[in-house]
Amino acid sequence: MADVVKKATRHGYSEGLVELAAKHEDIICLDADLGHATGSLVFREAYPDRYIETGIAEQDLIGMAAGLARTGFVPFANSFAVFTAGRAFEIIRNAVCYSNVNVKIVGSHSGITPAGDGGTHQCIEDIAAMRSLPNMTVLSPCDFNQAKLMAEVMYEHQGPCYMRTSREPMPIFTSLEDKIELGKAQVLRDGKDVCIVATGVMTCLAKEAAEQLAAEGIDAALLNIHTIKPLDMDSIKAYTKKCGGRVLVCEEANMYGGLGEAVAYGLVNEDGISFDHVAVMDRFGQSGLSGELLEEYGITAANIKEHAEKLVKR
Amino acid sequence: MTVSELKEKARQIRLETIEMVAKATSGHPGGSLSATDLLVALYYSKMRLFDDPHDERRDRFVLSKGHANPPLYAILADKGYVDKDELNYLRRLHHPFQGHPESNKCPGIDCSTGSLGQGISVATGMALGFKLKKADNQVYAMVGDGELDEGLCWEAFMAAANYKLDNLTVIVDRNMLQLDGNTEDVMAHGDLKAKFEAFGFATDVINGHDFEEILPALDKKAEGKPHCIIAMTVKGKGVSYMENNVEWHGSVPKGEQLETALKELGGK
Ligand SMILES: Cc1ncc(C[n+]2csc(CCOP(=O)(O)OP(=O)(O)O)c2C)c(N)n1
Ligand SMILES: [Mg+2]
Repeated sequence: MADVVKKATRHGYSEGLVELAAKHEDIICLDADLGHATGSLVFREAYPDRYIETGIAEQDLIGMAAGLARTGFVPFANSFAVFTAGRAFEIIRNAVCYSNVNVKIVGSHSGITPAGDGGTHQCIEDIAAMRSLPNMTVLSPCDFNQAKLMAEVMYEHQGPCYMRTSREPMPIFTSLEDKIELGKAQVLRDGKDVCIVATGVMTCLAKEAAEQLAAEGIDAALLNIHTIKPLDMDSIKAYTKKCGGRVLVCEEANMYGGLGEAVAYGLVNEDGISFDHVAVMDRFGQSGLSGELLEEYGITAANIKEHAEKLVKR
Repeated sequence: MTVSELKEKARQIRLETIEMVAKATSGHPGGSLSATDLLVALYYSKMRLFDDPHDERRDRFVLSKGHANPPLYAILADKGYVDKDELNYLRRLHHPFQGHPESNKCPGIDCSTGSLGQGISVATGMALGFKLKKADNQVYAMVGDGELDEGLCWEAFMAAANYKLDNLTVIVDRNMLQLDGNTEDVMAHGDLKAKFEAFGFATDVINGHDFEEILPALDKKAEGKPHCIIAMTVKGKGVSYMENNVEWHGSVPKGEQLETALKELGGK
């Protein structure tokens, strides 16, 4: 197999933010002593005067970002997903969302693929937590290029945003020329047998699965959900109908409260729906190698293919 | 154990630490090596321990800076709490030595840690629990100096003084480095001793690599006050090129670097 260039969304976003900062002087980047890992150190190098280090203090990271936003800056606050969406949750709720302040929050190392660090660091709850907040927009790009474009999408949107990024280097398959429309599903593949709805790293695995399914004569549609909230239910409904009501949602997150439940909620009044879900089945992560963990938790391309086949046969 | 025996034990634990991290190809050598002498003093000289790691009479230890787990795991294996073969499986699927300590998976771990700031809060609760039960168990907790950025630490310190937890010993691994740089550049701590004293702790500053200073400091108790030991340490201690170098917070030695490290620690 030819060497495919693999890169992580965390780095796509940080590269995008540095480029964007050249155009917009009001951008400030904050990090809580994880710049080496989130990728924000490239910002510190490029714009040391617009980089704020908060120390290992994620609650203060969000509170300070809210203060900077209230003085006219556009702060991008960075740490691991578990420490932004998790540790700082209630600060995000009150200082940012309740107050509807223009703060951009990025949680890297989402899902179970930050493999070595284990369960304490593997965040499978951020989608649920962040989409539960009024005023919050929730983003989840599928590859390096899309994450790079998202920096500008976040900047142009007025109001609180949360974006989850990943540590895992994955193939790049979207283009920097793509038009990203906030709140719109991205149709990666048209199909008529099963509608696969995926986000983040799982979109890449779903694409692989869809190609294998095609070889077997199963024609899957694939929707990439880069905006989890607001969710493009119109497109999801349309493609699900086209696929005979069969829909399979894939996310590197816990089964509760995430994209799967959001899609199911949006379809609950439709007739003839067959729903399935590839996600973490309500247990915490653990240490391992990332490939091993995807298998252990049943969220590989092969698992997606298997679930899709079952849905089609149902 | 005598001081020279403790020193030899520490060398062996450091060697195993580097071997574990190298095998895992991930982990945190810098803060592991700075903490090793303190851990050895606790586990081989000071803590009340039993053959059964679950014995209720045991003193408790909380590694609040949970990323520095390899030397602790090496000690738990040496004590016989976990099979020694597990040292080959740090950070591997279905094995007890998780990337951060997990009390449900690993005998001898008294508190799951890895999210900085939480361990010290739980340790304070443990010390309070023993007070309420009128039990004489001592609780030791180790925090990183970078970890002290977390407000939760100071909330816990305030509570420890408020509840007069003289059965709590907080050890600060003062290696002056955190993840992105020097602690004083990332978030200046200023006069830590004065801060702890202002928070109501009896506070000592010691050399965290000198057993002659560590052992008496661990014996100290102040009636009605929690005790803080600020242990001045060197991040990466024992491996020359890692010492005081922030790059080795979370990087893993390979090839020639690994050989040098093993040789300096007296391995083959
Ligand atoms: C709440 C939280 N935020 C961030 C991290 C990521 N992290 C792991 S180690 C570390 C630096 C810790 O520095 P210090 O406490 O000084 O530890 P040491 O120097 O002893 O390794 C950071 C930021 C974490 N584990 N937990
Ligand atoms: Mg330190």
